[in-house]
Amino acid sequence: MDGPPILSMKGISKEYFGNRVLKDVDLVVGPGEIHALVGENGAGKSTLMNILFGMPVIHTTGGFEGEVEIAGQAVKIMNPHEAMDHGIGMVHQEFMLIPDFTIAENIKVGREIGTPTVFSKILGPSMDILDREAMSRDAKKALSRIGMNIEDYVKVAGLPIGYKQFVEIAREIDKTGIKLLVFDEPTAVLAESEAERLLEIMKLIADQGIAIIFITHRLDEVMAIADSLTILRDGELVERSSTRDMTVVEIAAKMIGRKVERLVDLGDTCRVCDQENVALELNNFSVDMPGEQVKGMNASVYKGEIFGFGGLAGQGKIGIINGIMGLFPAEGDALVFGEKLRLERLGDALKHDVAFVSEDRRGVGLLLNESIERNIVFSAMQVHNQFLRRIGPMKMINRKKAKKHAIDMIKLLDIRCTGPQQKTGSLSGGNQQKVCLARALTLNPKILVVAEPTRGIDIGAKKLVLEHLVKMNVDEGMTIVIISSELVELRSICDRIAIVSEGKVEEILPPDASDAAFGLAMSGMSLAGVEGEVKDE
Amino acid sequence: MSNAKQTIQRIGWPRLIIALFFILLIVVSPFMGLKLSDVFSDVLRRWSMFGILILAMVPGVQSGIGLNFGVSLGIVAGLIGSTTAIELSFQHGSPRPWTDLGFALLIAIPIAALLGLVYGMLLNRVKGSEMTVSTYVGFSVIALSNIVWLLLPYKSGVLIWPIAGEGMRNTINLEESFGGLLSNPAVVEKMPTALRWLAFEVGGVVVPFGMILFFLFMCLAVWLFLRSKKGIAMSAAGENELFTRSNAIDVNQMRILGTVLSTVLGAIGIIMYAQVFGFLQLYNAPLMMGFQCVAAVLIGGATTRRASVTNVIVGALLFQGILTTSLPVIKRLMPSGSTLSEVVRIIISNGIILYALSKTKGGNQIEK
Amino acid sequence: MKNNNDMNQSVVSQPDVIVMQPETPMQKTLSWIFENKVMLMFVALCVGAVAVSGNTVGFVLGNVLVRFGRNGFTVLSLLIPVLAGMGLNFSIVIGAIAAQTGLFFAVDWGLTGMTGMLVAFLITTPLTMLFGFGVGRLFNKMKGAEMIAGLILGFFADGLYQLFFLYILGGLLPVRTNNLIIPGGIGIKNTIDLTGNMKYALDLVKLVDLLLVLVALLAVIAVIQTVVRLKNKQSLPLKTLILLVLVALVYGLTFVPGLSDYFRTDRLPLVNAIEMGMAMAIVYALWKIIANRVNPDKRFKLGRYLIIVAVAVGLFALTYVPFFYDVIKSSSIAVLPFALIAGLCVFNQVFLSTRLGQNMRTVGQSQVIANASGIHVDRVRVIAMIMSTVLAGWGQLIYLQNLGTFATYGAHLQVGQFAIAALLVGGASVQKATNKQAITGIILFHTLFIVAPEAGAKLFNNAMIGEYFRVFVSYGVIALSLAMHAWQRKKKPELELPK
Repeated sequence: MDGPPILSMKGISKEYFGNRVLKDVDLVVGPGEIHALVGENGAGKSTLMNILFGMPVIHTTGGFEGEVEIAGQAVKIMNPHEAMDHGIGMVHQEFMLIPDFTIAENIKVGREIGTPTVFSKILGPSMDILDREAMSRDAKKALSRIGMNIEDYVKVAGLPIGYKQFVEIAREIDKTGIKLLVFDEPTAVLAESEAERLLEIMKLIADQGIAIIFITHRLDEVMAIADSLTILRDGELVERSSTRDMTVVEIAAKMIGRKVERLVDLGDTCRVCDQENVALELNNFSVDMPGEQVKGMNASVYKGEIFGFGGLAGQGKIGIINGIMGLFPAEGDALVFGEKLRLERLGDALKHDVAFVSEDRRGVGLLLNESIERNIVFSAMQVHNQFLRRIGPMKMINRKKAKKHAIDMIKLLDIRCTGPQQKTGSLSGGNQQKVCLARALTLNPKILVVAEPTRGIDIGAKKLVLEHLVKMNVDEGMTIVIISSELVELRSICDRIAIVSEGKVEEILPPDASDAAFGLAMSGMSLAGVEGEVKDE
Repeated sequence: MSNAKQTIQRIGWPRLIIALFFILLIVVSPFMGLKLSDVFSDVLRRWSMFGILILAMVPGVQSGIGLNFGVSLGIVAGLIGSTTAIELSFQHGSPRPWTDLGFALLIAIPIAALLGLVYGMLLNRVKGSEMTVSTYVGFSVIALSNIVWLLLPYKSGVLIWPIAGEGMRNTINLEESFGGLLSNPAVVEKMPTALRWLAFEVGGVVVPFGMILFFLFMCLAVWLFLRSKKGIAMSAAGENELFTRSNAIDVNQMRILGTVLSTVLGAIGIIMYAQVFGFLQLYNAPLMMGFQCVAAVLIGGATTRRASVTNVIVGALLFQGILTTSLPVIKRLMPSGSTLSEVVRIIISNGIILYALSKTKGGNQIEK
Repeated sequence: MKNNNDMNQSVVSQPDVIVMQPETPMQKTLSWIFENKVMLMFVALCVGAVAVSGNTVGFVLGNVLVRFGRNGFTVLSLLIPVLAGMGLNFSIVIGAIAAQTGLFFAVDWGLTGMTGMLVAFLITTPLTMLFGFGVGRLFNKMKGAEMIAGLILGFFADGLYQLFFLYILGGLLPVRTNNLIIPGGIGIKNTIDLTGNMKYALDLVKLVDLLLVLVALLAVIAVIQTVVRLKNKQSLPLKTLILLVLVALVYGLTFVPGLSDYFRTDRLPLVNAIEMGMAMAIVYALWKIIANRVNPDKRFKLGRYLIIVAVAVGLFALTYVPFFYDVIKSSSIAVLPFALIAGLCVFNQVFLSTRLGQNMRTVGQSQVIANASGIHVDRVRVIAMIMSTVLAGWGQLIYLQNLGTFATYGAHLQVGQFAIAALLVGGASVQKATNKQAITGIILFHTLFIVAPEAGAKLFNNAMIGEYFRVFVSYGVIALSLAMHAWQRKKKPELELPK
């Protein structure tokens, strides 16, 4: 590598409200280098990129520590526009394109070329008349630089998705002095052939001397085109290496590897799972949930076990339960203790004694303006007609019973509050989660599905929630399904863990499977498969 | 210090200013040569008169359709009920006030329920823009009702223009019908002794006791409903659609329920309004009535997403109180300022709606 | 879009060629009908109502032209906020209020004619800019609720306006002319008569005067440009100079005896307007065709300009058919208002191709993308509101001088209502509105307005029904359009992008 690297971030640390999300991380990318940035969700990839782009979320929370150099010059990037001025561009996972505009207009958006008029002398350049020919020329040039051949006056609306991505790239390339392009999960929305083409284009761009940061969860893509890579885990730098010097198994293991403390003692053998008695069965199950698509999934959860769904965000694990509960349109079969759910009917799962604690606590899980008491009894009241009292034709709420139950639950789960009348909106995250849990438990379910049980709550509360789940399982034989992006917590309490990738179960692993097995499954590969390939060579 | 600040923030500046202004007006009025008893009589009358119309906002807001500017639908239903009841009495041959009131309600409520149902279905299709749509649906319905008033084949002399006129009168006198039944001592005096409590005077203050009782009864009914299983489900639908759906409740049905209730209350509200007022006002008179109701409930402390019975009672008192007390005070201050009260009404009601809108939209967008 | 000659540097496999299915003429017609269903419905309604009402077409046409000149400018002032994604600007009422304030002071100071209008204009413009700025700032706090906020804001502003005119003017602020004050009180009278001072002040401007102003304006610009360019040692501003010579030539025509009548009538008879329009259309088409010869563009469509010429000639030929001549013979148009409307149409069009216009379009399509592209979203939105409010204020001035009298407390109330209804009748929607839709809308809406009472009288024996029907239409079409907008938005949720 000659001269200074295009980007050099040294000793980057960042804290959000006392919570350290990046610890002394380095990221160095040279000219023409394709550099992969890999790590699990929450490893710190997006925070690092937010720092690079000077996003307001960084500066409004106290900035960061460390130094950023671009082409050898120390810089302080305070907002995305400054990042743009420094020659840093971003290709978004979801396209930043205006469908009603032509390709040329989209490529030149915000950077239109104009010829001054009489009025622009008085009112400034905003009154310039657009020079559409020059814009078209520029657009053509940018498109041809990435090897695209398409008329620039076509509207973006009708283009196939792959083309849109290319227009997006062309727009970044067109920016004068572009030195560094960040691709954020660019292949996530593309079909296989389109993805291949994209990788070719990335190489083409790199050959022109532009540095590329490639964020992806697909390790095969990393191996295919990246020159080097940085692995982050829990906000720490694990490895900076050339791709040639590492195998995919090593990468996967480094991404995941950490000590796991079991909350449930498995003993030497797996707990006896009643394999005859299937609590929840999914056959060719699909859910149309935006951003969390489930595509023809098959899985079985046995009665009395703690089953985990893991995998990266956006791969579909969250979609499973939202489909079962009827919140998003679903197809295929979902069976609860052998009975088929009527998925089109809202709440059929509830009637089959499946209770659900949503991953989106504030958005789905709680009535923030209502009291703890009202929240806890709501589901049981509406679904099972509990806590009600008949007055004439009206079914009125039985405040006495509701209050008593709420107080019991507050004690049971140790919800820290001023009393059952406190509004849930003013509770801390952990206590809110306990209220959600209390509401689900009040339904007295046979199967309890908890999505992201510990997201956004502090460590103490985390442990308490998990321990309580285990207790419910052990004491009452309740079948528990946990859906979580945090592999550690799944491995700490689950009997079996299904890793979801691209809307399907990639692999079902025991909690003590190797880190590499988990890491590979997350990027859609199996350890056995990869090792087989290695042997073949 | 911070405690006081918090209290103010909870009450909200506009509400506080209006309340203080209201108190100031009451304190000032004796010095302006006004009798306090008259002031209180007026306030009580207007409070009970508007109360139910304002109460109509509560089910709408709670079910999630927002501030129901389209309460005009209920108003039109109420007016159809009232005029039809009067026409029936005319064909019967003699005035019968209580029957008129009964029939007016009996006819208006199913019409309102039906209109509310259709309207609720429309609002379910325009989620997110309910307020803009409902405002213009309200306007359109009033414009359409103008044609109805021209075409209804009624014959009663009370209803139609005397000679060669077309259609119904602008203002219909209810003296012969249900005007003042629950509120006017002069009307109540002619009733049997057992009913004399409906309206009376205490120390110069006219108390429309029957009307107040009816208003509070309706408030109680709504309050109880909001504590029933259905009511709780409806309120949840308005607060958090996804939460409600995840508990197997059909949100759209709940919104329709809220719209129907709001429309029916609007119908009852306008009948009671006319009862106290003594006149039915047709044509464009109710055009802006929805705005007044919205403003009143907002002054009472409601937001575009939450409203309670307390908000209604307080809001009706403050909003109507300030309008009734300001008029005589202004008249004393400047004799030619007879319309100033109207101007004040326009400024306050639209100002408070704007304030509420700016609080819900934009400001909270990031938080959500 | 198919392109076979691969570029040399391309090493990337070309994706499959996208073939856009060409529509059959049948499909084209059907989709056109579907897109214009609202407009077509109103065409049918208007034709029916005119037929039923028994009014002559000539009468209707004459009245429509009057109302077109009166209201056209205001309707066109609504386009820019739609472009900027702020929906239908219900708050143009505020522009009208400012115009009425300006006009009131002109009347109060005893000014008449053009002087009065000019003073009113000079008061209105800064006032509307200020108001527009405020409205824009407020709307930035209520993104997504601009329409309902604009509506309420209109009512609120009306309250303040009443307060000002009823209690402050004549009370705190003295008024010069006593007969403007309510007898025996303070505050301004209900109606202000403009007869004898500013009625028709703009309508009666002759074409020749207009040309003279144009020549003068161009001359000034040409001189400035020449001086600047000579100083910078650049070439002469040829375009401006050619334009100047052309306009001067046309002005010269006004002295030709046979033609001078054309240019010197108070109002231009419609027959002459058609002749003139034909001449202009032909010149325009020739200009375009020649320009294309000099500088060819592959997207140039010769047919389009031939059709323009054909239509113009055809229209001209129709004036020789006795029936059509009868229809149009008694109609005339007010020169300046029509010129201003045409000018605003051109402005709206040209504005689209400026940098600011393009930025506004971007903001209208997606605030997120606009922001990410370095466009100052809030500022662009405020500019849109300022422009719309200023234009609406000018529109109200044109409206009032034509009406000749103004209801102090009523003239502005329905401005937004009727302008928006007219725009929507023409087929516009909350997200898209064009000059063409505005013009079609004004014609249709006002045709309905003119004939509805008599159609009602003929059909139901009751003129009031027609009256109420047209009010219902104006509310109903807005309700319908808003509902359809919300409906479509719900069916096809907006592309949501990460921040």
